[in-house]
Amino acid sequence: MPFDTTNPEKFRADIRAWLAENCPTEMQDGDSTADSICWGGRNWTFQSDAQKQWLNVCAENGLTCPTWPQEYGGAGFDRDQEKIWLSELGRINARLPLQSFGIWMLGPALLHFGSHEQKLHYLPPITRGEIRWCQGYSEPGAGSDLASVQSKGEDQGDHWVVNGQKVWTSYADKADWIFALIRTDKDAPKHKGISFLLFDMQSEGVSTRPIKLISGASPFCETFFDDVKVPKDQIVGTENRGWDVAKYLLTHEREMISGGGSGRGAGRSLAKVLADAGHDLSEASLRSEAIACDIEEMSVALTIERYKDQAAGGKGVGDASAMLKYAGTELNKRKHELFMSAGGSEALQWDGATGSLPADWLRTKANSIEGGTSEVMLSIISKRVLGLPG
Amino acid sequence: MTNLTLNEDETMLVDSARGFLDEASPVEKFRELRDAGKAYNPELWKQMADLGWTGVLVPEDQGGIDMGHAAANLLAQEMGKTLVSSPFISTAVMAATALRQVADNPRAAEALGKIASGDLTYALALDEGVKHAPNNTQMQAERVGNGFSLSGEKTFVVDGGSADRLLVLARTGDDDGALTLFDIPADRDGITRTAQNMIDARDSAQISFEGVEATGEDVVGTVDQAMSVLSPALRAGQAALAAEMTGLSSGAFGMTVSYLQERKQFGVLIGQFQALQHRAAHLWSDIEVATSTIANAGRMMDEDPENATLAVSLAKAKACQTAKLAVMEGVQMHGGIGMTDAFDMGFFMKRARVAQEWLGDYGYHAEQIAKIKGY
Ligand SMILES: Cc1cc2nc3c(=O)[nH]c(=O)nc-3n(C[C@H](O)[C@H](O)[C@H](O)COP(=O)(O)OP(=O)(O)OC[C@H]3O[C@@H](n4cnc5c(N)ncnc54)[C@H](O)[C@@H]3O)c2cc1C
Repeated sequence: MPFDTTNPEKFRADIRAWLAENCPTEMQDGDSTADSICWGGRNWTFQSDAQKQWLNVCAENGLTCPTWPQEYGGAGFDRDQEKIWLSELGRINARLPLQSFGIWMLGPALLHFGSHEQKLHYLPPITRGEIRWCQGYSEPGAGSDLASVQSKGEDQGDHWVVNGQKVWTSYADKADWIFALIRTDKDAPKHKGISFLLFDMQSEGVSTRPIKLISGASPFCETFFDDVKVPKDQIVGTENRGWDVAKYLLTHEREMISGGGSGRGAGRSLAKVLADAGHDLSEASLRSEAIACDIEEMSVALTIERYKDQAAGGKGVGDASAMLKYAGTELNKRKHELFMSAGGSEALQWDGATGSLPADWLRTKANSIEGGTSEVMLSIISKRVLGLPG
Repeated sequence: MTNLTLNEDETMLVDSARGFLDEASPVEKFRELRDAGKAYNPELWKQMADLGWTGVLVPEDQGGIDMGHAAANLLAQEMGKTLVSSPFISTAVMAATALRQVADNPRAAEALGKIASGDLTYALALDEGVKHAPNNTQMQAERVGNGFSLSGEKTFVVDGGSADRLLVLARTGDDDGALTLFDIPADRDGITRTAQNMIDARDSAQISFEGVEATGEDVVGTVDQAMSVLSPALRAGQAALAAEMTGLSSGAFGMTVSYLQERKQFGVLIGQFQALQHRAAHLWSDIEVATSTIANAGRMMDEDPENATLAVSLAKAKACQTAKLAVMEGVQMHGGIGMTDAFDMGFFMKRARVAQEWLGDYGYHAEQIAKIKGY
């Protein structure tokens, strides 16, 4: 590692110097709209040479997944080092080099439940942005009641034959591999017959059909499995105990969604964001709503930090991730209502001066649905955290 | 690196504080004080001094334990849970913070020592109107010879009826910022204290000053420079009060969740109704979020006090909203019994209302935040 880890000051200085040398200026625009994200994958077309260069130089140094162990393609940073890394990125407004379901969801689950061989096999391609993953959880009959998935895997000795349908599979048409919840024991109680399987989206029998969203985009799909052969070593955790993996992964997904990923205006003064959008905040109700949102945003951000500190101290975030998800996503929706109202009629046009705002606004409505709805989050808190009766 | 979780010392402090307060000052004790018409229990104050709490912000040289603002906030938070009534915030937090800015002054050093030993209490006489607005101070401290003559009215002087000494903010010039902070005994000639009959049954006084004499010695810090000593004290008080309010919110919430688990209607526990479960879960989330802002304010005051204003105003603004919700839900989810004087929830509600106003309410702190963030 090119960074001196003997003390925080030296470490920060090294990071800063490294960034000055390696982060392309075009990547220092603080842009975090849906269009600027680097997702990686076999079919990825880089939006610019700078994006490619930034990904590669970070990947070479483990910096796409800085807290993962070095042997699996990470940089092995501890929580304090990660904070320094992120704060130095923030200082120069740098984009994240890579974002993906592999980083947010599968990686943490594999690190926890995977075998050493699986980690060596699956993690480094994620860190290098070579394999892009999608999440095959929801089905037409299994949304909030996720454990009632019906897609099934038939045991054929050294492999399963998988049949069924998933829905709302984000980026299924662009992804290289899928992690999916498949029923491998139809006689067991619903939570006890699910396995967590991994397979290539190019496998024979996998097909996808994009679904158009209210925002006009088609980021998610119906996904069909028709006699798909999945080798037995492509299971994470134990057969029929996939629900444990699924739940663990969800806590990470929820933590990620709670931060609004890096939603519009996150971490900046909302006043500034609105001013940039040409609004002077002279109207009393807008101004007070902007301040209220700002207060809530700072408070929620601190809460995410506090829970990460707690997790780094060995106490997992666990069920409290439901609280982070609930608070973060409801806030993100509220903020976008504010932005739309500040944008006035300009924000009513798909291609107006507010850019992607209308589409972003519509997209945020999904935040409180995807990864478990707000209502489901509140139920998790009331039952598992507060212990209220069934 | 700033870490928003409790360190080992802080965890121990919280555990021992909780253990002590559950014994010495559960909510029943507050009820006894209220019924007896007393604002606080001097014996408890002595015990708090023996535990080092009154010296939590007093330097070790003056006999304090000097654990810092994060620790002071944690103590306030634990006191809030069972509505402990004491001059902790006025004396151990605000006066101690003001005086330690000038701790090289022997008088201040002596006072700090007495705060730590529990032998001296303070109140801050700041506000003159119905809202917190220290910068609008009109009360005059006219120069007379080598000293000053103070005349004017202060209101909502929390702990002002019982305090031994007062920190009084007065105008010493026409410029906006020409304010001076005086440290004078509460019984000096010309001072009249009138108790205010507060909804939270705690000590607050209206204090009138008629030609009260003060010497140069009585000035804390420098003439016309009150804010250099008062600002850190206000920040410390606001953060500790926010912490108390978050503790109060948890206290009210704990009672509410227990009630959901014991009260039956329609043949089931009311905690089985999803409408109530979700409101309880929302409130819990909100208290968690408020707790993070308190932790952050404490860390900022200890690590980077010059830049802590935003963190402190954030904590107080958030705590005001959360406490309001916690006590409203607390009464609502208890139904009729929540409205009775015999039940404790009303105490939480009334304390929350007073604590919102004291040292700046949501609107005041939202305005500070707006200024800092350029709205
Ligand atoms: C943009 C987007 C991306 C997504 N990406 C993926 C993906 O990549 N992979 C994937 O597997 N899934 C994905 N999802 C699916 C998502 O996880 C589900 O939509 C979600 O879990 C809700 O399920 P549902 O749509 O069936 O709604 P339902 O479960 O039918 O819910 C309908 C309504 O009923 C409420 N409700 C349900 N049960 C209860 C209850 N017990 N108490 C109170 N209220 C209740 C819900 O809160 C909701 O308001 C995505 C969804 C969206 C919107």
